[in-house]
Amino acid sequence: MLNLVALILLFPLIGTAINGLIGKNLRKETVGYVACGAIGLSFFVSILVFIGLLLLPPDARLFEKQLFSWIESGSFKSAAGLQVDPLSTIMILVVTGVGFLIHVYSIGYMHSDKGYHRYFCYLNLFTFSMLLLVLSNNFLLMFIGWEAVGLCSYLLIGFWFEKKSASNAAKKAFVVNRVGDFGFALGIMLIFLTFHTIDFTEVFSAASHGNFAAGNFTITIITLLLFMGATGKSAQIPLYTWLPDAMEGPTPVSALIHAATMVTAGVYMIARCNVLYMLSPFTMTVVASIGAVTALFAASIGLVQNDIKRVLAYSTISQLGYMFVACGVGAFTGGIFHLMTHAFFKALLFLGSGSVIHALSGEQDMRKMGGLRHHIPTTYKTFLVGTIAIAGIPPFAGFFSKDEILLESLVRGNFIYWAIGALAAFFTAFYMFRLLFMTFHGESRVEHHVAEHLHESPKNMTLPLTVLAILSFFGGFLGIPGASAISNFLSPVFGERGHAEISGTEAGVHHNAWLPYLMMVVSTVIAIAGIYLAYQMYIKKPELPKKLAERFSLIYKLLLNKYYVDEIYDALFVNPTKIMAVQLWKRVDALMIDGSVNGIARLVGWFGNTLRYLQTGYIRNYAFYIVVGCICIIVYVALGK
Amino acid sequence: MITITHYLVLSAILFTLGVVGVLIRRNAIIIFMCIELMLNAVNISFVAFAHYLNSMQGQLFVFFTMTVAAAEAAVGLAIIVAVFRNKETVNIDDINIMKW
Repeated sequence: MLNLVALILLFPLIGTAINGLIGKNLRKETVGYVACGAIGLSFFVSILVFIGLLLLPPDARLFEKQLFSWIESGSFKSAAGLQVDPLSTIMILVVTGVGFLIHVYSIGYMHSDKGYHRYFCYLNLFTFSMLLLVLSNNFLLMFIGWEAVGLCSYLLIGFWFEKKSASNAAKKAFVVNRVGDFGFALGIMLIFLTFHTIDFTEVFSAASHGNFAAGNFTITIITLLLFMGATGKSAQIPLYTWLPDAMEGPTPVSALIHAATMVTAGVYMIARCNVLYMLSPFTMTVVASIGAVTALFAASIGLVQNDIKRVLAYSTISQLGYMFVACGVGAFTGGIFHLMTHAFFKALLFLGSGSVIHALSGEQDMRKMGGLRHHIPTTYKTFLVGTIAIAGIPPFAGFFSKDEILLESLVRGNFIYWAIGALAAFFTAFYMFRLLFMTFHGESRVEHHVAEHLHESPKNMTLPLTVLAILSFFGGFLGIPGASAISNFLSPVFGERGHAEISGTEAGVHHNAWLPYLMMVVSTVIAIAGIYLAYQMYIKKPELPKKLAERFSLIYKLLLNKYYVDEIYDALFVNPTKIMAVQLWKRVDALMIDGSVNGIARLVGWFGNTLRYLQTGYIRNYAFYIVVGCICIIVYVALGK
Repeated sequence: MITITHYLVLSAILFTLGVVGVLIRRNAIIIFMCIELMLNAVNISFVAFAHYLNSMQGQLFVFFTMTVAAAEAAVGLAIIVAVFRNKETVNIDDINIMKW
């Protein structure tokens, strides 16, 4: 069954081809069926592959399929090959599973859009690229997938390109990602120079067989460069600014690409390269620190945003930060576990927000919502599940994964990571319930003409919501501390490194068996405190937020304007680049290059214009020149003697 | 005693007259006659050299030259007559339709 793995890639590609080439002439239903069918088949094959992998003994769970030899140039060889192991299997299940639900949802959400076939073409292409990214067995093919998801992200953020803000956001995402990809590409080159191969298996076995001491300088540089790519793709400080703007795209796109799958590529990549990262304690510290700072930073911005999708965007950045903290302290299983549960509940939240926006005829401002729970009950119920899951209330999915990360960051990392993570968790619970209360509870602030059209979304939108809600509820049971299915499943990839060390010793730190349980209680209390605060501020005393905003207007403004990071980047990078570009254009291009080219032309023209007068058209003038020439020759010959 | 130098000087004078005539006159027929003058100046040098060197080759060339000059006169005069019929002038400054 493992041999079928290539089919997983093939189906979305066929879907892309059909919708891209002849989708214009197909009926809308057909376009939708083709796109969803492609991903559905892909998901089905993924399950078969998963079962095939489970049938193997845990140590032999690594299957490589060489498709064809791709590049051979001197000592550089790269084959197009796929790799099936527990890590990539989890990723393909999440990508095709969540992707399928989002495709189904999109049929309802996009039904009246004139770019319907274009949308599904891009969405299928994205799924293909993402699957290529997670299935490839070498760095170069992974890079192809890495770039292709970036391309699809660009295409889909700018899907409504008639809107200036959407096309600007698309450009921003593309350019910011380019910065990270630059580091990623350099990292791959350095890997080839160091290991003389870019094949995952060979690189990792060479790295793990003791040829490199821990803290090796080259490895540190490699891992830092790769991490630079991850900060771009996974929206971490300092390259996170594109993600909030990416909300200009259609909401299902935000759910699939900018929450559930693509932005987790960085986490996947680090987990994939765990052998290299473990060799570099310095990089691990960098990863964990950036993750922790991002988690807190983004969560604090999320506290005051008013656009429903932007809150979720900052929440995504914050949750990605958690995953990096987990990777940075060496708890790769925790990172991947949170990646998975986050894919469930964040996709649910985004799709739910899409349903709200759909019901309100495109309104995204939470100040113009409120009291919606009676009008769109299914959306409300599923959204509630997602909110509880992300806030981290047991036994919902987010609780287990977040708790594992917090525990690991305390046990393996240090108290600071834990404290930052816990504070961010408190913020998360607060802003998510603030969102819930502002949208679904309280007085309705919906504008009158919008309120008349309030309606629950169609079945094909609420059904994916329901499925995701179920997954958000039960997803966490895969990683129950002590009997973690996901940790056992992933152990061949991460070895002992990624195991959830629930009890026992780790790096000389002794801790008691009751610590995990204490941590669970603490996490829950933190989450409940956040929820209680949100309840007090937005249900009990709705006038309180305004007072607080006035009281702490400086902080409020700072948060509302996202710490002015966009403005700072504009001043530091964007505007100097623009000025430089304008100068290059005006001085170098227009003045020097065009000037020299035009100048040469003008010189030749002037020369010809001047010489033209020699050619009078009077024969006697020409004859005169001949005579003068003859006389010169005669004089020369005569004098020469 | 008339030496070859005298012949050559006479030839050079006639040739120069021909050249100057071609360059400065406007009338096509006069230019034409000046060309004839140049040809005949060359003929004089040919004959003079033939006599001086006791060789018939120079005289032979004179016949060629005269043949060419006769053919040229026939063709050239025909052209000038045709031009005159069209433009009612033989002033070469007016015959400039090939000029840019």
